[in-house]
This record gives sequence, structure tokens and C-alpha cells, in this order.
Amino acid sequence: MVGRFLKRLYGSLIYIFLYAPILILIVFSFNDSRSRGQWGGFTLKWYKELFTDSQIMSALYYTIIVAIISALVATLIGTAASIGIHEMNRKQKSLIMNLTYIPVLNADIVTGISLMILFIFIRLDLGLVTLLIAHITFNIPYVILSVLPRLQQLDNNLYEAALDLGATPWYALWRVIIPEIMPGIITGALFAFTLSIDDFVISFFTTGSGVSNLSITIYSMARRGIKPQINALSTIMFITVLLLLLIIDSRANRNIDRKENA
Amino acid sequence: MKNRWITYPYIVWMILFIVVPIILVLSYSITLESEQGLSFTLENYKRFFDPLYINVLIHSINLALISTTICLILGYPMAMIIARAPIAYRNMLVLFFVIPMWMNFLLRTYAWMSLLERSGLINRLLTSINLPSLNLMYTNGAVILGMVYNFLPFMVLPIYSVLIKIDKNLIEAAQDLGANDLKVFLKVTLPLSLPGVFSGVIMVFMPAITTFVIPRLLGGGQFTLIGNLIEQQFLSSGDWNFGSAISMFMLVVILFSSGLMGRYDKDREGMGLW
Amino acid sequence: MKNLKKRFIMFSFVVLVLFTLTGCGGDGKITINVYNWGEYMDETLVDEFEEKYGINVNYEVYDTNEAMYQKIKPGGVNYDVAFPSDYMISKMIREDMLYEIDFNNVPNYKYIDDKFKYLEYDPNNQYSVPYMWGTVGILYNKTMVKEPVDSWNILWDEKYEKQIFMKDSQRETIGVALQKLGYSLNTRNLDELEEAKEELIKQKPLVLAYVVDELKDKMISGEAALAVTWAGDAAVIIESNPDLAYVVPREGSNFFVDGMVIPKTSKHKKEAEMFINFICEPEIAFKNTVHIGYSTPHMEAKKMLPEEVANNPVAYPGDDILEKCQVYKDLGDMVKVYDRIWTEVKAAK
Repeated sequence: MVGRFLKRLYGSLIYIFLYAPILILIVFSFNDSRSRGQWGGFTLKWYKELFTDSQIMSALYYTIIVAIISALVATLIGTAASIGIHEMNRKQKSLIMNLTYIPVLNADIVTGISLMILFIFIRLDLGLVTLLIAHITFNIPYVILSVLPRLQQLDNNLYEAALDLGATPWYALWRVIIPEIMPGIITGALFAFTLSIDDFVISFFTTGSGVSNLSITIYSMARRGIKPQINALSTIMFITVLLLLLIIDSRANRNIDRKENA
Repeated sequence: MKNRWITYPYIVWMILFIVVPIILVLSYSITLESEQGLSFTLENYKRFFDPLYINVLIHSINLALISTTICLILGYPMAMIIARAPIAYRNMLVLFFVIPMWMNFLLRTYAWMSLLERSGLINRLLTSINLPSLNLMYTNGAVILGMVYNFLPFMVLPIYSVLIKIDKNLIEAAQDLGANDLKVFLKVTLPLSLPGVFSGVIMVFMPAITTFVIPRLLGGGQFTLIGNLIEQQFLSSGDWNFGSAISMFMLVVILFSSGLMGRYDKDREGMGLW
Repeated sequence: MKNLKKRFIMFSFVVLVLFTLTGCGGDGKITINVYNWGEYMDETLVDEFEEKYGINVNYEVYDTNEAMYQKIKPGGVNYDVAFPSDYMISKMIREDMLYEIDFNNVPNYKYIDDKFKYLEYDPNNQYSVPYMWGTVGILYNKTMVKEPVDSWNILWDEKYEKQIFMKDSQRETIGVALQKLGYSLNTRNLDELEEAKEELIKQKPLVLAYVVDELKDKMISGEAALAVTWAGDAAVIIESNPDLAYVVPREGSNFFVDGMVIPKTSKHKKEAEMFINFICEPEIAFKNTVHIGYSTPHMEAKKMLPEEVANNPVAYPGDDILEKCQVYKDLGDMVKVYDRIWTEVKAAK
């Protein structure tokens, strides 16, 4: 009994530790006073200022654009690569997988500066294109790591059977393999999307004039003193993430139910 | 199946944007530009072994180790609590653990900035109950706090995912054989969860040792860690050669240590990850 | 999974739309990239410029001269206007990083006080248009510092442990130590520099943080007692919190002029000149000066200032103070020594 109580207490404390700072930001996003320690009455003015702040809005735009495009491209290249890697022999596979692990393991700052050096070396202007390339580069491995296990679980006979029944390799790939590994592809795409939204360090080194994402904007704002608009931004981000994850989670649960009922 | 060619775009991509950049960093790290043009040198690496920079390295390792240890101490019990929770709650508990992680990393760090400063909420609370206000911001403690807060999920999730895979029968068998809870934990659960602990340690330690944002924002520029040193070479001193040498050093250390971990993993699970 | 194909088509559609969106992001207008110090311009003026000339401005900020230089030097960016200080201007001229300004396109240059023309950093007046000037000094909170403040030594006083903000900028902070010791801000003497380094390392336990713009907010809210800062920032901060005061220490300090320049990364030199000219329009220069609190070299703008500003010794110090001040000079190769000292100070425990 005591054990259970302690467990609950401990668990709650950890969750409080995780959420308290965020909740405080949310509360203060409605605070009329600029000061962080004082309550000056309820207001929505920071939200209004947030949406009229062209700097934050353009950062938001680039963040979302880069996240969507880089996730899609990475998913495409990564899924294709996984299917190919799956068919390689052990030696080739381990070579490719070691390559795949480099950006996953490497420190962000090293990945960031190495890409920056490359872009400057080949005289590619730092900007949206370089930012996209960088994000795609660090996203692909995560897609592969989500898709490959699915392929491993796949019954090879399925594909062969489809071919025997007269399907072209493309048709078989499209109608047999892809549907089977779809959950892995979706996980990979989501993973890539969130990694891209969350990234600061690699973006910081690979973007140039005119293009900055939310992380970079917050970093530069945070060094200029604390701005209440960021609190409003945090609130919106938090609620978006919360809703997104709850939707994904309920979908996942529905899928599990369906599988169990089948 | 002969679809191997569809891997080629990926291979080309990775060679262009992973292999070539690393080769460039390597070549910067072993050259020195002077009036006579480029020349080969190991000077940049030698410079890194200057006591000044070794101290930076030691300090980074120290802070990262402390943060990793705290994450482990806080995270392991948490992973166990989640893993042992009824299935109905379990997904919810994991989900709520991940949500803060999905919020922007800079926002999470920023949240602490406004809590820790002298006129921040924590100190307001302290003074309102007549306690002296504390100097929380811009300290080692603030940097460690920032790391623990940001990286705790990286510790909990791998341990959790190993824990739920442990065969319940093993634990029951141990109990049937008369082992008490502590003994079951020490002899069964803990050894079986070690792969999770190791990947958790790596996943916390690596970003902690190279972060430059947390010491910059919560440490007020007083703490030069390895990440800051690299950043400084590229963004204010302009010494790309030295910066590249430090980067290469970090890369080798990271690949070497994860190679070791990989071997450990393979011994355990036979096939390893693949 | 019948809808797979549909889903794929939708996905591709979204990608296509996004690509066109990003592709057509511009509306055919020219965009210039302005790279300025943080909090160093009334940003509504940027909007005004965009409206008046139909040119988009992408406005970005940096913290230190060195950071700006490192961003522009390797290339890969296309900044059109930057705002380096004197010594950095001469360094950039020396390294052939700046375009000569066509002063026919900057007629408002005539309003700039002659005192700020043909200065040592740009001896032939070809590359820069003076933007603002000022001094470095100590900003202190009178409720926390009861004694008179007139020397850099107070920054080494243990009474103020963890109450001091220093600048996260190597020239400024090393300069403070050099001045404290009575040496030149531009010293090339290694022993003097070594001494300055020792002083800074000795001081480090007393320092709350090395920051740049963060200290504005923090000094207003009373987070610290003393801060090394620029006069213009001090003027603005004092307006928000009258408990604060600014002084240029008697040992002397730095006097700086920041200029507007066109780096060779620029792709729209003409538009950059239009921007520089716009900033020098009397009405605009006046608004800008009032907003950022720095001292203007623009004669018309200065005339328009309210008396209490024009006579404010923080922003417009008398000659007695200016005489004690030195201008930073380009250090050439000595920069490496300063870099190293700075790294050592920052890395010290």
C-alpha cells in the first residue's frame, strides 16, 4: 500500500517537474504585466502582438514549410532506400547501415558545421535550399530506422506469391509491400516532421539571410530579454502538440482494437 | 526481388551530404592556411591538448556526467513505474512523457529562464514566505537543470521499452524460487534492462556534452563547454581549422563509444539491431 | 488500404502546392538584407522604407562585430547593409570586403556632422556613412551601489559578487581590464595583455553573466547592480528605471562610431544605398535616435531632439569626457592573441 502511494507520489512529482514550467508560461501568456513575477490581470494582447509580429510569423511559416517538405522528401527517399537495403546481402547492408547511423549518433553541432562548410565550399548561398537539404539529411535515417523493422517482419512469400499470380514487380511492390509497411512509413514521416520542427543547432549553422525558423528566432529573442509574446507562442505550440498527439494516439489505439478484433 | 537500384538516390544523398562534409571537416582540421598557402599540419590537434582546452573538455564531461547520472536516478524508477502501470494507463503515461519533448527545445529552455531569474517566480515565492532570494540563474546548477529537464525523456523511454519486453515469467519464476523484491530487481530486472540503460545513457550524455544552447542561455556565457568552443571557433574567432579539429575529435569519440555499445548490444541479442 | 493510392496522390499534391508556395514567396519585389546590431534601430522605420520604395527588407541582428564579420567573411550569405564599428570597418576595408559607396545616391550624407568624416578608420571617406556614436561605461543601480562610481575598479569589488554584468564581447571586456590597468585599448604588448587576462580571470567569480542585449531587461528589473554597457543603451534603460545611472570611468574608456556599409556580399547595391540614404533623412534619423537612445552624428536630427536629450551627458558627453576616450583600432594579426585571451577567460573556472 505504502509502495503504491510512493510510486504515485514519485510519478506525480516527475510529471509536475516536466509540466510546471510549461504551465507557468501558459499562465503568464495571459498576464497583462510585462514582469514575470507579478499578475497584472487577464489579457489577450500578447496573442494579438504575436500574430502581428512579422518576424515570428515568417519564422513559423518557414518552420512548417521546411518540416513538411523535408519530412515528405525524407520519407520518399528513406522508404525507397529501406526496400533496397532490405534486399542487400549482409556486408552491403552493414556498410549502408553504418553510414545511416552517422547523422543519428553524431553531435548536432558537428553535423551542422560540416554541412555549413560544404555549402560554403560549393558556394551555395545559405538559405531555404540549404536548410531543406540539411533537414532532409538528418531526417532520412530516422525514416529508414522506422521502415526497416517493418520490412523485416514482412513475409517474403507474399511478394513472390504476387509475382507468381502475374503481378509486375512494380504492382506487387505497390499493392503488397507498401501497404504492409505503411505504419512504419507513417511513423517515420511523423518522426521526421517533429525532428525538423524541433531542430535548432543544425538549422542555426545551415541557414542564411532571410530564412530563420522558430528555434532560431526564439534563440535570438531569448538573448534580448524575455518577451511575453514567446509565452503566447509556447501556449499555442503546446496546445497544438497536445491535440496532434492525442489524435495520433487515439488513432493508434483504434488500429490496435481493430487488429485485436479481427 | 531486384529493386536494389532504388537505394541509389539515398546512397548518393548520403555521400554528398554526410561523407563529403566529413571529409571537408577532416581536411580543414589537418591543414593550416598561411601566407605560403595551405600546408599539412597536426598543429590543430596538438592545440586541443593544451591544458586550457583539456579543462573545457573535463568541465563538459563533468557536467554531462552529472546530468546523465541525475537523469538515470530520476528516470529509472519512472520507467519502472510506467512499465508496471496497467496497460490501459500505460500508453497515456508514455504519451504525457513525450509531449514536452515534442514542444520546441528552445521554448523548454526558455521556460526555465523566466523561472530562475532573480525577479522570477521561484524567487518571488521564496521572498513571499520570507526566505532570502537565491542566485539560481547563470550557475552550474541552472545548466545541469536545463540538461536534465531537456534530456530526461531520452533516458526514460529506452529503459521503458526494454522493461516492457522482459518476460513476466522470469520474474515470477524468481519469486517462486524465493527471491525477495530487491533480489528480483538486482538479479533479474536490472541486468535485463541494462541495454536500455546503456542506450539511455548514450542518448543523454551525447547531446549533453555537445550542447551550446543550454550553457549559453542558462549559464550566461560563463561556462565554455565543448559545444561553445566549437561554436566560438566558427562564429566569432573564425578559426575553422581548430574548430574542425575539435569537431573531428568529438566525431571519433562518439563513433568509437557507440561502436563499443553496439558490440555490447550484439553480444546480448545475437543479431543486434538488424 | 484501398485509399493508399488516394492518400499518395494527396501527399504529392500537398508537396506540389508547398513547392509552388515557396517558389512564389516573393512578389517580384527586390529584397535587401539588412544586418544590424540587436535593438539598434526603430524597426517601424524598416516598414516605412518598404512602403515608400516598394523594396522588401529582411532585417536581421547580431550581437558583436566579430560575429557579424564571421558571418559575412566566408560568403554564402547576401547581406546588403551592415553596421560595423570603426575598427571593424577598417578591417573590412583592408580585407576588401566592402563596396565603395556611391555618394550621389546618398545625398543626405550632407547632414552628417563634419566631425565624423575622414576619420582614421575610413580615411578617404569611401566606404561608410556614420550611423551612431557613443561611449562604453558603467551602468549602476543607485539603490544597490551607495558609493560614488567613477572607476573601473568597482567591477572588481567583492561587495558586488554576482551583481555584475560584463559584455559577451571580447574587445569591450578585455578593454575594460586594459583601461583599469591604465593601458591602451589597442595594446599589442603581450605582457600588458597577459595582465589584463589575469584581471579578468580574477574578476570572473564576481560576474553574474557575460551577456549582450539581455542585460537591458535585467538591469531594468534590478537583477544586478552593475553592468558594462554602451551609452545609448544606458540612456534608454535609465528612462525605464530612474534608479539607474551611467558613468564613463575616470581611467578612460572607448569612444566608438558605428557606420553603415555595403559588404561585397550585396546583390543590390543601389537599393542598399537607397536604404542608407533613407536612414539619413532628417525626420527618420530623428525618430531613430529618439527610439534607440544612441548619439547621432546627424546634425539636423540632433537639432530636433528635445533639450533634455540633446543636453543629456549620458548620450552627449562633454569634451572633458571624450578626451579620455580612445577609439578601437584594427588589430590585424594581434586579433588571434585577443581571441585566445577571451577563450581563456571564458573557459576559466
